[in-house]
Amino acid sequence: MAGFDKVVSSYEEAMAGLEDNMTVIAGGFGLCGIPENLISEIKRKGTKGLTVVSNNCGVDDFGLGILLPDRQIKKIVASYVGENAEFERQMMAGELEVELTPQGTLAEKMRAGGAGIPAFYTATGYGTPVAEGKEEREFNGRKYILEPAITGDFAIVKAWKADRYGNLVFRKTARNFNPLAATAGKITVVEVEEIVEVGELDPDQIHTPGIYVNRLILGSFEKRIEQRTVRPAHSA
Amino acid sequence: MALSREQIAQRVAQELKDGYYVNLGIGIPTLVANYVPEDIEVMLQSENGLLGMGQFPTEDEIDADLINAGKQTVTMATGASIFDSAESFAMIRGGHVDLTVLGAFEVDSMGNIASYMIPGKLIKGMGGAMDLVAGADNIIVTMTHASKHGVSKLLNQCTLPLTGKGCIKKVLTDLAFMEIKEGKFHLLERAPGVSIDDIVKLTEGELVIPDHVPEMLF
Repeated sequence: MAGFDKVVSSYEEAMAGLEDNMTVIAGGFGLCGIPENLISEIKRKGTKGLTVVSNNCGVDDFGLGILLPDRQIKKIVASYVGENAEFERQMMAGELEVELTPQGTLAEKMRAGGAGIPAFYTATGYGTPVAEGKEEREFNGRKYILEPAITGDFAIVKAWKADRYGNLVFRKTARNFNPLAATAGKITVVEVEEIVEVGELDPDQIHTPGIYVNRLILGSFEKRIEQRTVRPAHSA
Repeated sequence: MALSREQIAQRVAQELKDGYYVNLGIGIPTLVANYVPEDIEVMLQSENGLLGMGQFPTEDEIDADLINAGKQTVTMATGASIFDSAESFAMIRGGHVDLTVLGAFEVDSMGNIASYMIPGKLIKGMGGAMDLVAGADNIIVTMTHASKHGVSKLLNQCTLPLTGKGCIKKVLTDLAFMEIKEGKFHLLERAPGVSIDDIVKLTEGELVIPDHVPEMLF
């Protein structure tokens, strides 16, 4: 079936066309809502020299961290990194380029990139190392810096549910950067826990409309937890 | 006596007002949630996309799709909402959050803050801290007044790379509560049993001392 049906049947097909030195934008916060199987497929393909844009870079054996041992990532744009030993080693050795970007600026860069806005002014980072080399401008007595938008050759996204047209629904805080990443990829690939028939999702409840989505695949997920914190049952 | 981490959190909690939307940073600021007065309602914003953060889950309630900005599993309070990261930072950068509490390595008398990077050591990144300090009007920085070696962290000029410029107005340390204005630290309160001399000795930046400096009340 063609038309608006975005469903593909293999991860190989989902990531077809990803080549060395491309830019990949990934959704997720920590290990929450990461497109874990799409990342595994990039590892399997062995694509190298990638620029990866993602809030974090996974841990040693899960998430984007699994792309590090084979040196598949050339550069990472992120707000918070270093949750894994191999990342630290490569960064300290100068083998991995790291562009630290404030979290809100990173989100806005994706949003702007996906919305056709080439750059925006923000007060975030003014007067800090982030402002180096960037245009500064004053509005209403306050200083701002110009931040360029980000787009990617690919965006890899994890959603909860989708219909076959690629209309997406996210679940809880697994939403995070995913809807923004979805807008900013030339080819946006989404993996989900459930695919329903067109018409089954309430149009009012769709978080990301299918227009942003090029490929959709049904996956199964480990959903690893980074910081398992609990309270005793009786203290409810 | 210098305040404990819990006492710092307790003192910050006294600044909470009914109906406040609050963002708490990692570390001491997180503890503030334990001391919200019972007669007021506040809603906690977690910058990964949750307004109305609840307590930690029980073992049965753990949900991998529900974490806070420290990547800890959490629950949602009644009336919570969920949104994407751009929306979350629209709240923060748009000045909609009533109070932000975060930690720092150094603060100076011009209201500059350094909190994310020590050159030569591993740099993990600023996360949302630069957005929070640039976007919020009402910020309380919680920190120790001086290093273990007695070196002041309240300076004339920050020595570390900045997280934000000219954006800090209130600092609560283990020794004192201060306001920053007109290029000076103004002493508002001191920790119980801490003398003004103790505070003066450990404050490098210019310190304005009023005639009466009350002890903090707990």
